[in-house]
Amino acid sequence: MPLEPLIFSYSRKGRKGYSLPRPFHPAPHSIPSESLRTTPPFLPEVNEQDVIRHFVHLSQMNFAVDTGFYPLGSCTMKYNPKLNEIIANLPGIRNLHPLQPVETVQGILQIYSELEKMLCEIFGMDAFTLQPAAGAQGEFTAMLLIRAYFQKKGMKQKNQVIIPDSAHGTNPASARMAGFEVHQIPSDARGLVSLHTLQKAVTERTAAFMLTNPNTLGLFEQDILKIAEILHNVGAQLFYDGANANAILGISRPGDMGFDVIHTNLHKTFSTPHGGGGPGAGPVGVKSHLIPFLPVPRILHDDNGYHLSEDFPDSIGRMKSFFGNTGVLVRAYVYIRELGAEGLKAASQAAVLNANYLLHRLKEAYQVPYPGFCKHEFVLSAEKQKRESGVRGLDIAKRLMDFGFHPPTVYFPLIVKEALMIEPPETESLEQVKKFADALLQIAVEAKETPDVVKNAPHTTEIQRPDEALAARKPDLAFPSPYSQKSGEIGWN
Amino acid sequence: MFPEDLRYSESHEWVRLEGGLGVIGITYYAQEQLGDVVHVELPPVDTSLKKGDIFGTIESVKASSDLYAPVSGTVVEVNGDLSEEPERINQDPYGKGWMIVVEMEYPEELDHLLTASAYEKLVSG
Amino acid sequence: MKNWSVGSISRYLPHTAEDIEEMQKELGISSPEELFQDIPGEVRLHRPLSLPPPLSEPEILQDVGNLLERNVFWQKASVFLGGGHYVRHIPHAVDFLASRSEFYTAYTPYQPEVSQGTLQAIYEYQSVMAQLTGLDVSNASSYDGATALADAVRMAHQVNSRPKALLSRAIHPHYRQVVRTYTSAEGQEIQEIPLQDGLTSLSALQAMLDSQTSCVVIQNPNFFGCVEANLKQVAEMVHRQGALFILSVDPISLGILAPPGEVGADIATGEGQPLGNPLSFGGPSFGFLATRKEYIWKLPGRLVGRTVDRNGKPCYVLTLQAREQHIKREKATSNICTNNALGALRSLIYLSLMGAEGLKEVNLLSSSAARYACDNLTQLPGVHLLFPSPFLFEFALQLPLPPEGLNSELLNHRIIGGYPLQKDYPEFKNAWLLAFTELTTKEQIDTLCQRVKEWLSRAP
Repeated sequence: MPLEPLIFSYSRKGRKGYSLPRPFHPAPHSIPSESLRTTPPFLPEVNEQDVIRHFVHLSQMNFAVDTGFYPLGSCTMKYNPKLNEIIANLPGIRNLHPLQPVETVQGILQIYSELEKMLCEIFGMDAFTLQPAAGAQGEFTAMLLIRAYFQKKGMKQKNQVIIPDSAHGTNPASARMAGFEVHQIPSDARGLVSLHTLQKAVTERTAAFMLTNPNTLGLFEQDILKIAEILHNVGAQLFYDGANANAILGISRPGDMGFDVIHTNLHKTFSTPHGGGGPGAGPVGVKSHLIPFLPVPRILHDDNGYHLSEDFPDSIGRMKSFFGNTGVLVRAYVYIRELGAEGLKAASQAAVLNANYLLHRLKEAYQVPYPGFCKHEFVLSAEKQKRESGVRGLDIAKRLMDFGFHPPTVYFPLIVKEALMIEPPETESLEQVKKFADALLQIAVEAKETPDVVKNAPHTTEIQRPDEALAARKPDLAFPSPYSQKSGEIGWN
Repeated sequence: MFPEDLRYSESHEWVRLEGGLGVIGITYYAQEQLGDVVHVELPPVDTSLKKGDIFGTIESVKASSDLYAPVSGTVVEVNGDLSEEPERINQDPYGKGWMIVVEMEYPEELDHLLTASAYEKLVSG
Repeated sequence: MKNWSVGSISRYLPHTAEDIEEMQKELGISSPEELFQDIPGEVRLHRPLSLPPPLSEPEILQDVGNLLERNVFWQKASVFLGGGHYVRHIPHAVDFLASRSEFYTAYTPYQPEVSQGTLQAIYEYQSVMAQLTGLDVSNASSYDGATALADAVRMAHQVNSRPKALLSRAIHPHYRQVVRTYTSAEGQEIQEIPLQDGLTSLSALQAMLDSQTSCVVIQNPNFFGCVEANLKQVAEMVHRQGALFILSVDPISLGILAPPGEVGADIATGEGQPLGNPLSFGGPSFGFLATRKEYIWKLPGRLVGRTVDRNGKPCYVLTLQAREQHIKREKATSNICTNNALGALRSLIYLSLMGAEGLKEVNLLSSSAARYACDNLTQLPGVHLLFPSPFLFEFALQLPLPPEGLNSELLNHRIIGGYPLQKDYPEFKNAWLLAFTELTTKEQIDTLCQRVKEWLSRAP
């Protein structure tokens, strides 16, 4: 695919790409001239076909779930069902104004209410808020709930959050935004939380422990009940990061593991598309003691139907305007309705089977830092390749592109050197998983025999190894930029 | 890689005594670990620092790190060229990649820092 | 195949009985139990989840379709609601392109070689947002207008470490609430600047501004639809105290209103829905956040930069990533990860189609509809403009009676009336906020006037 020029380069004075009605009233606005623009914004002037071709070309430069297999660890790149897209775009959802009177939005409020109940059942929690717009906002919401809970109890000394060193970066960032000090603890030789280390780290100041289970190594925290006990003994709260929930649907529930508050990523576990970086949705579930602090508005139901209420004096407040990412919530709702209990459990089982099969195929060729059965994902290390021939994890990731695969997550979790974090979701067939295994096995051979082929990958993509240092040192973040002007690249007049 | 005339901290900063002032930067080892440096934030002149204080941050393409004052003192000069050309830290960590100059409060703190050979041992261990 | 419930039960699960047998054999297991042995029995669920029975595609379409029939939406009714979200025209090309699954099923573009489409689109988005706002740099998007403003207030605090943010009371109530939620834990103090004639009171602002002020935030047009006056003067006042000036703006209005960068704002934010995003009951759309280049290392959210690859070809990458949580963890500028890239893409396509001229027409159509409605409604007995200040496409009326009664009456005639202000502003009794767009027709406005007139005539 050849490079695509910027949309600005198609611009010609006098072209237009819109069609609007004529005004029916000549009266102009009464805004004083000093409040008005003196020059029009520099936007492209293009017709509809220019726009269509430009963006179709751009789309063809992307890898996507609908073009191939994405083994991205901790991202759960499962298939995005098309029915969900159709439903989310029905006018009864798409064209609802968020300030409409409740009697005109009973249908969507019923979907919200049913989705809350279904999530409570799936995760074993007592109540859910659908408001958080993404996983990180869900984490932040949960941390604010915990903060509000301790403030209400007059326990201001609870100002520290403990996080394992294998955690996602959003965990410490969210805890910090909620005003907590972050204390990181190392994982043990099993790749799990060490009860001993945790016990030592926990004090009267501990407000919460943030845990992903299965963790980012794809391992189930077997001591979870003891972990919960250690935390609860000092009155602290246990938070569940739902990034990896795709391993346990219908099999085990955070609420039964002792978690007090959880967030879930609908764009991972419940099949909603990633959109090239959002939108997502990060609903938060709580046990009953945290219900009073949930964000407002909350959905209530009585004989007269569904209502939205802000009458919760202990609430942490609003996390975003209106109610949540409705379009995303509806897709997840449809997904759960189609799969049902049996389907969700089957999805988790198949995800775990895929991951173990793949791990089994690869465990001779790559170092496996934590052997044994994994859950829905696992982590390999390219340490051996790096030592033997200087081939790094990133090189292997780039080489996979030449085989038509998206690379796995690399260099995460931080506790594994040269980490390749691989998650083959349940929607990938055995044939696909085998092809991927074969590609990684062949790359392992190449790393030994012809390491330069791997080190210089990718070879087949139009763009190869962009200069990221240049991008950061001389930031060109908008056209026309000082840099594009200097190099005389302005492609239009 | 580790000049003899400098003193080193365990957090990978170096200090060079120049005309009674302390010139501070990060070591060859530190810049190598960070990779391509893309941005550095340094304190304004007159900032007073205690040994161990964070005096700035350094960002590479894929990493970020705090900078710790190896000695106590007041900042008297800052390397302004690094904002436009942070790559100097990679190219010449002991020369054009210097970061700040401080008027040292306790010059004897230098004696508690590592010598070149001790530092080399630290980073190769 | 004991205990495996895979295979033929869902169209999204490809594993056949033979596949499973082959995989189990390879792994040396005979039941799924063996893969889950590490989950202790006490935390295992020993019953099926209690969920509604699974439905087929036609059943879901029927079932959800029936539910949604209970909603009233703008093809079924005239909607005069605004407040940051507007019933605007979305050219069909926007839906056509944003529905390409190479865009919407892609992941965050961390691997530039296979993500140039998304990356270039974000770069172009950043370019058009920089143009609209008159600032140097826009991030790749935030969640919505409210969280983008909260990000901006936190960012100002990170720039100057001052404790106090001053927010105009004319800012969208939800935005002010979200700013409070976001800043509640980090000790930032939020104070509200009072109103004067539906605008931010500059004399009050003058009195509140001091060396402890981190930032001053004004919305334009504000929640009442009024265009805030003397913004350049505000910028000077704010900068004299060394604080940052943040403007929360409607992106459509930037087609004709002076851009934030030109009036002296340091940060511009806003709600992106009006730019080619469906209402969707308030989300997902996206928020935008733009600033001057001296603050780029404090800007939260993703950024795309132009660079070259190893063969010298121009290309795009995520850049300045060391600001972000996956590298800086608790010291990051924000915890934001997934944002609303698809909403931002829609806005880029929208702005490409509209161009400066189309954006201007949207403003003129909307404002002339508003003018026409205002002229007619204010002729009715007891109905007045609440504020004397100039408005663009949204204005507040003072009614003689509570608007809730009027709204229920209008609903019977398939009209969703304005927003009663008293809920958020107790001082404005019987005030009714109405919005107009390029889609509002003369007939809709005439019918509205007629119904209001009838209601007034029946009123006690």
